[in-house]
Amino acid sequence: MSVLADKLATGEQIITGELPVVDSGGLDAVRRAYEPYAQWCDAMNATDNTAAHAHASNVSVAIAMMRLEIEPIMQVVCRDKNRLAIQADIVGAALHGVENICCLTGDDITAGDEPESRRVFDLDGPTLVAVASGLARGEYLSGRPLDPPPPLVIGAVENPGAPPLAYRAHRALKKVLAGARFLQLQICYEEPALEQFMAECVRLGVTEKAAVLPSICLAGGVRAFSFMNDEVPGISVPQPVIDRIAGAQTPKEEAFELACEQAEHALSLPGVRGLHLISFRKDDAVARLCERVGIPTRQERASVGHGSHVTV
Amino acid sequence: MRPFAVIEAAATGVEHVSKKAVWNCQMCGQCVLHSTGMTCPMNCPKTLRNGPCGGVRPDGGCEVKPEMRCVWLKGYERSQSMPLLPQGWRDHFNHLRPPLDNSLKGTSSWKNLLTKRDRQRPAGWKADEGH
Repeated sequence: MSVLADKLATGEQIITGELPVVDSGGLDAVRRAYEPYAQWCDAMNATDNTAAHAHASNVSVAIAMMRLEIEPIMQVVCRDKNRLAIQADIVGAALHGVENICCLTGDDITAGDEPESRRVFDLDGPTLVAVASGLARGEYLSGRPLDPPPPLVIGAVENPGAPPLAYRAHRALKKVLAGARFLQLQICYEEPALEQFMAECVRLGVTEKAAVLPSICLAGGVRAFSFMNDEVPGISVPQPVIDRIAGAQTPKEEAFELACEQAEHALSLPGVRGLHLISFRKDDAVARLCERVGIPTRQERASVGHGSHVTV
Repeated sequence: MRPFAVIEAAATGVEHVSKKAVWNCQMCGQCVLHSTGMTCPMNCPKTLRNGPCGGVRPDGGCEVKPEMRCVWLKGYERSQSMPLLPQGWRDHFNHLRPPLDNSLKGTSSWKNLLTKRDRQRPAGWKADEGH
């Protein structure tokens, strides 16, 4: 059973992380990318052509993580492949022991460096969750049996900061009803939007059925914030935030302070089960943030479970 | 041409012309307008069938075409506030719609509705649309 499945069942705090993209360099490259997160994260995302740029594939990086005894969460996006290829990827990775998957619609090809590509979107985020649930039940979408069924732990994403704000928790519920047991949220710099989203998730029962994990981004400086605001679909960084970082004596430290404030705020909200950490930095920022906001190491957490029980 | 084929071709033509003019219909052959605030989801550049993606811009612009208002944002607002829309249709907005049946593209959704062809699902699709 995956570590993540275990934690979902016991209701413990869950900390996931985003493995920086890997292109080449063998297993050593994966190991190096993982190093800053190693002590803190229960599982790491193997991204799927993130921001519509080609990289070493989600399946290959997830399998590399298995070889390195890192718990993978294989992201699957709908942009690049049709339903046949997506199902083949999921069952193929599961054949190697990759059980955690995170289903996304995915950024459009226009976000990437090959905007001339053909976009696919044969499935969308919610239908992908339902198709994956079918695989876990023991059948392909066609109805053809899959025996034994892969023991998948299915998750999804949601963006608490994108319009229509009042609808976002309902969309999260749609994914949860289709079989998502954890939800990694898009990075959100609007605290009221995250508060509204979490309150709705609690009201609709999303948090009883799935572990909701707001994302915290550790950025290096003002350029990273401008980049996210201008280039990354779904992330908007308010001007006061950019001004705060730009006007600080040491922007890098100010960005760290901001991330700590966001992490503390997110963890204080009812229904939040943990965090998803995304670091653009090569320093020890992940460790410093976890120590600062009181997240115990992976090993320490293993001995002291806490949090609400999630039905599985 | 058999009489039925003539009627079918005529109906398909009428559907295409009229729905194209009103909803910019893309003739997917499995119309869900009633559950999407009378807004055709096939005009979403990602052709999403289950609500707005996470890329909607703060001003409501589409991730792919910033100058265009998100199709699903329009659909959401209309499903909430459009007069005369039955309550059941408003509630349908949150339903999980199955993946598109690409074999129906270009066919008449009116015919597929009457023959219940548009209700056919892949055998492995067990997600209940009513939840």
